[in-house]
Amino acid sequence: MAPTPPGPRTTAIAATLALALAATTACAPGDPAGVTDDTVTVGMLHSLSGTMAISEVTVRDAVELAIDEINADGGVLGRQIEPVIEDGASDEATFADRANKLLNDDNAVTVFGGWTSASRKAMLPVFERNNGLLWYPVQYEGLESSPNIVYTGATTNQQIIPALDYLREQGHTSLYLVGSDYVFPRTANQIITAYADAHDMEIIAEEYTPLGHTEYSTITNDIARTEPDAVFNTLNGDSNVSFFQQLRSAGVTPDDSPVLSVSVAEEEIEGIGPDNIAGHLTAWNYYQTTETDTNTGFVQAFTDTYGADRVTSDPMQSAYNAVHLWKAAVEEADSFEVDDVRAALDGTTIDAPEGTITIDGDTQHVIKTARIGQITDTGLIDEIWASPEPITPDPYLTGYDWAADLTG
Amino acid sequence: MTAPALITRLRGPLTFLGLLAAALLVMPLLLEPFRLNQLAQYLCYAIVALGIALAWGRGGMLALGHGVYFGLGAYAMAMHLTLAAAATDPLSPGHLPQFMVWSGLTELPWFWRPLTNPATAIAAALLVPTAVAALLGWSVFRQRVRGAYFAILNQALAAAFVILLIGQQHLTGGSNGLTDFPVFAGTSLYTPTAQYTLYALTVLTLGATYLLFRHITLSRYGKLLIAIRDGEDRVRYLGYDPTWIKTLAYALSATAAGAAGALFVPIMGIISPSLIGVIPSIMMVLAVAIGGRYSLAGAATGAVLMNAAQTTFAETFAGGWTYLQGALFVIVIALAPRGLAGLTRTAAQALSRPTPANTTPTPETTTGSHP
Repeated sequence: MAPTPPGPRTTAIAATLALALAATTACAPGDPAGVTDDTVTVGMLHSLSGTMAISEVTVRDAVELAIDEINADGGVLGRQIEPVIEDGASDEATFADRANKLLNDDNAVTVFGGWTSASRKAMLPVFERNNGLLWYPVQYEGLESSPNIVYTGATTNQQIIPALDYLREQGHTSLYLVGSDYVFPRTANQIITAYADAHDMEIIAEEYTPLGHTEYSTITNDIARTEPDAVFNTLNGDSNVSFFQQLRSAGVTPDDSPVLSVSVAEEEIEGIGPDNIAGHLTAWNYYQTTETDTNTGFVQAFTDTYGADRVTSDPMQSAYNAVHLWKAAVEEADSFEVDDVRAALDGTTIDAPEGTITIDGDTQHVIKTARIGQITDTGLIDEIWASPEPITPDPYLTGYDWAADLTG
Repeated sequence: MTAPALITRLRGPLTFLGLLAAALLVMPLLLEPFRLNQLAQYLCYAIVALGIALAWGRGGMLALGHGVYFGLGAYAMAMHLTLAAAATDPLSPGHLPQFMVWSGLTELPWFWRPLTNPATAIAAALLVPTAVAALLGWSVFRQRVRGAYFAILNQALAAAFVILLIGQQHLTGGSNGLTDFPVFAGTSLYTPTAQYTLYALTVLTLGATYLLFRHITLSRYGKLLIAIRDGEDRVRYLGYDPTWIKTLAYALSATAAGAAGALFVPIMGIISPSLIGVIPSIMMVLAVAIGGRYSLAGAATGAVLMNAAQTTFAETFAGGWTYLQGALFVIVIALAPRGLAGLTRTAAQALSRPTPANTTPTPETTTGSHP
């Protein structure tokens, strides 16, 4: 038996297929130029849905705050910034596709976006092919330097290596590595292992769990049993909630084995619960408590706009800085053209919430200070150590002999 | 068969093929290059949908793991393109992909080597998914595993495949997947000509797959497949071996998914584990449910429509498009259980309200009802 005879339904199919094809034409191009006499179009591309939305929405808020500030202050080269907001949907292909749209359809002169390494890797060829300019705001695993990306978060020698320097200074020589199973933790742990080999430190274990994993009792009991001097934590997202709760249940305190996290910021501490994580350590370049005049203003403006219960974090701050750095570079270049802006990037400097930051033109990363923080029982992070001076970005770790084998 | 009956019978396929011809010739004139690129992506999913319609709509095998076969095809092509890019990359010692260099590999893993050749890559994109599906199909159908158990097994396969890809970062590129491949067989993939060629290839593959699967479903074999769907044990009593009949349909549907994956990679420019795991596999089946799983053309249309709607919603309401998409799913599944292609039949049934005695038994009510 044929389920349905071919007949009238094919007309319905024809109609729907025609509709579908028409739907793709419905979003015809708007204004052909990204710059008019009064406005300039920029793109914003973050995950507003899917697993990464919880983190990336906070970054979008920070970018919008910066755009509003600049617009209120007269815009860039006399033009008001008009953002086109797209949803990367926590999906690499969507990031690539929407980046393509922002550059070709909306004619965005620059794009602020991305969080995961995978989303950045997916967007990179699109920006290189179309000669666009992407501002990527999150600390990441390094080993990259595209002429079409500006990296405003830390690379490994501005976060992971200073964190290891700090642990070594404190006499912590045995480390337990816990991470989510993806590129950043695996690369970070390769660097940590090479550093440990060169500095007589011991790696007790290197454990990975899938993203979103919640069962950590095996690992936390192992930590309780092996008593490492410190735990280096590269878990991402929700897993941290379970990990810290179960670590506490296993009786491991920050005095026994402090956990140093590189992906837990103010935003995540709320979810983990300050009780579960107070006393443990983090490595970033900015905290809500960082004492600069610009930061006082930034935190004030952010909480005024989005509510007193909101916190500011390193990725949010780096995204906020990106907009102001772009403005400074555009004004230096006196042009919105990507090639002109790129030529003006080197040495572009602003007073950011984290302090004075400068773009290193060779790598298109930002020169910034590394900070180790300790989590307080109110859910904020107090700075307990900072690098003596701002660190020049070295994404390929060419300045570290022990890292020679890592980068080929 | 009389001439008018023949025309009636062929009207559906002719309409569908006419639309494809129009897509081939007219759409490139109407659409900007990057919209054409999006349409090509949707058509890749339409090819997967044809395969699922064959396995599920005709064969009753709820194929909830086709992301794996799509992924195998896609990775075969992406690995070739990655090698082609590495071969011209001055920063890449020994022509190794960069992620391998950073992971400490000094020579190409054995299973990458044959893929240096584009012809091998295309063959692998078609044959590997087929072989995996045939092996899996044969071993489970032989044990008479079906229904929900088969669906769960497919889901487990998708989950395991993704865990393997992510865990073997040094061999597979991990969660970042493979991306950034500008050339195929010495030509740039991003010229307008190359993009149109890829689009045309996708349309032609869709058309050819449709004709092949339609031929299969109308053949004696196709009737056996439907008979197995509606009463596997009865077919067994008649002396046929359902194992081979089901395995063939399942393997063919995997071939279609592999071909779609191989086309998707140069069009999209990326493949990663998150595009082929559990959720993408479910979305592929959902597209077929929306379009109508008992109709090949309906299933393909459903895939194009669902993806086009998703893009349109997301571009229009970046903040809340998922609600619109969810509403679309609920409405279609609630009001059109046979999908869009079955709308007229669903409507006719709702209007005439036949008594149970003279209702034609629908596949849903008969599948699996025999001991």
